[in-house]
Amino acid sequence: MTEEIIIAGFGGQGVLSMGKILAYSGVMQDQEVSWLPSYGPEMRGGTANVTVIVSDERISSPSISSFDTAIILNQQSMDKFEPTVKPGGVLLYDPNGISRPPERKDINIYTVEGARLAAEMGNTKIFNMIVLGAYLKVKPIVKLENVIKGLRKSLPERYHKLIPLNEDAITMGMKNVNEVQTV
Amino acid sequence: MGELRLMKGNEALAEAAIRAGVDGYFGYPITPQSEVIEYLTSEKPHERTGMVVLQAESEVASINMLYGGGATGKKVMTSSSSPGISLMQEGLSYIAGAEIPCVVVNVVRGGPGLGDIQPSQSDYFQAVKGGGHGDYRLIVLAPSSVQEMSDFVPLAFDLAFKYRNPAMIMSDGLIGQMMEKVELFDPMPRMTDKEIEEKFPWATNGKPVGKERRIITSLDLDPARLEVHNHHLQKKYREIEENEVRYEMFDCDDAEYIIVAYGSSARVCQKSIQLAREEGIKVGLIRPITLWPFPKKQINELVEKGVKGFLSVEMSAGQMVEDIQLAVNGRTRVEYFGRYGGMIPSPEEVVEAFKNKFQED
Repeated sequence: MTEEIIIAGFGGQGVLSMGKILAYSGVMQDQEVSWLPSYGPEMRGGTANVTVIVSDERISSPSISSFDTAIILNQQSMDKFEPTVKPGGVLLYDPNGISRPPERKDINIYTVEGARLAAEMGNTKIFNMIVLGAYLKVKPIVKLENVIKGLRKSLPERYHKLIPLNEDAITMGMKNVNEVQTV
Repeated sequence: MGELRLMKGNEALAEAAIRAGVDGYFGYPITPQSEVIEYLTSEKPHERTGMVVLQAESEVASINMLYGGGATGKKVMTSSSSPGISLMQEGLSYIAGAEIPCVVVNVVRGGPGLGDIQPSQSDYFQAVKGGGHGDYRLIVLAPSSVQEMSDFVPLAFDLAFKYRNPAMIMSDGLIGQMMEKVELFDPMPRMTDKEIEEKFPWATNGKPVGKERRIITSLDLDPARLEVHNHHLQKKYREIEENEVRYEMFDCDDAEYIIVAYGSSARVCQKSIQLAREEGIKVGLIRPITLWPFPKKQINELVEKGVKGFLSVEMSAGQMVEDIQLAVNGRTRVEYFGRYGGMIPSPEEVVEAFKNKFQED
């Protein structure tokens, strides 16, 4: 199994940390992982993206140009990354902030209303975990228990009290995925 | 098995410095390697091992702190990125002339000039041909994974002390910024003053009673004596070329063509050779781990086996290709493909370039 993922959105949405938690979850189940962020003179409100690869085998190139899954959280990222999903791959997006929905006919498309659900749960910071939950529902590449282990490992101890909230957010995301089209 | 962590290349390198028993790190922040000094300061290594971490006032100061610290037999290290490494060249030349062991890390970014902050390999010539003035060489290691960012720290120190020569770890923004799984080696204690005194009879720790004065300098105004010193340096460099070449080969046994790539472009090319082989093209990859000494002999052996062509894949405008040409010496085709200015070639792009260069064969 090799899953090549791009997660893209605004800086401040938790794009990089979502990728990090996913990568850590892969480590927790003895898989090979790579996490390659876009880095640069970027700021809150600008674009941010991260390429995550989770594989049973040694990872060759951490820098790739086509993806099994694209998780897209703003319009700029939709424009940039919709064309990079492999035929038959997955595009998951939050319709909030998307003015032009994806048009590809050869990929599987799902939505999750991460921003709305996070607001309803009263904490906009768990937005990324809701989206992560939705992704794991579509592609259960890592087990929930390993995500929790990954969280425990990647979060400083003083934030461990927030793990149950994150778990709830993941579950919320899992329950609220909408299928737009499958191929 | 050592401790397993998910870390950025820069962080793994910094942690490795603490674990390798480094006595002093002197550096000045610059993207894309600022995590090195950030990690070192937040880890408080003076509490863990007694290691000194100092943010110097400039790169020129950092390299001269290495000159001073290294002359006393201590393990000293600095890191920077391209423009900062250029500032260090004078000091590096002095250090090479004075034969002081130390480790310099270059997390290369796009150039020339201030350039940008994206991954690049365009400092290859500077690293492998000396960089500063005078006839000297750096031992240059090119990590291509986060694991190697950790493992090459103690290796670079071993080589630096074995040959009393500065060693460079030449990485780039991709390896520095990405996170991978890394198995950390067990901490090694820092050397005591007594151990240093016993192992390094050249170290200038103050004149021991009853022993000769020790002098470390790169200055000798007598040309005849300076020529003798240069002979000695050249003899040492030949020894390093003979003994310290490191490389990795992928699918070279039945290969008709060979891609040569190091560091992050070697990672890209690992995928490229998989893609090419899926199309039935018999291509292998040789990854120089030491950029100097360069694996000339191994390339020579591949030429003698009848390889039809070499493709140098670089994130620079055709630098390593010259070393391949020197090794091949006109006996077979040597081509080049690269991206530069901070752009990373895609695996598919490399396959395309390969076909364009060699398709008429």
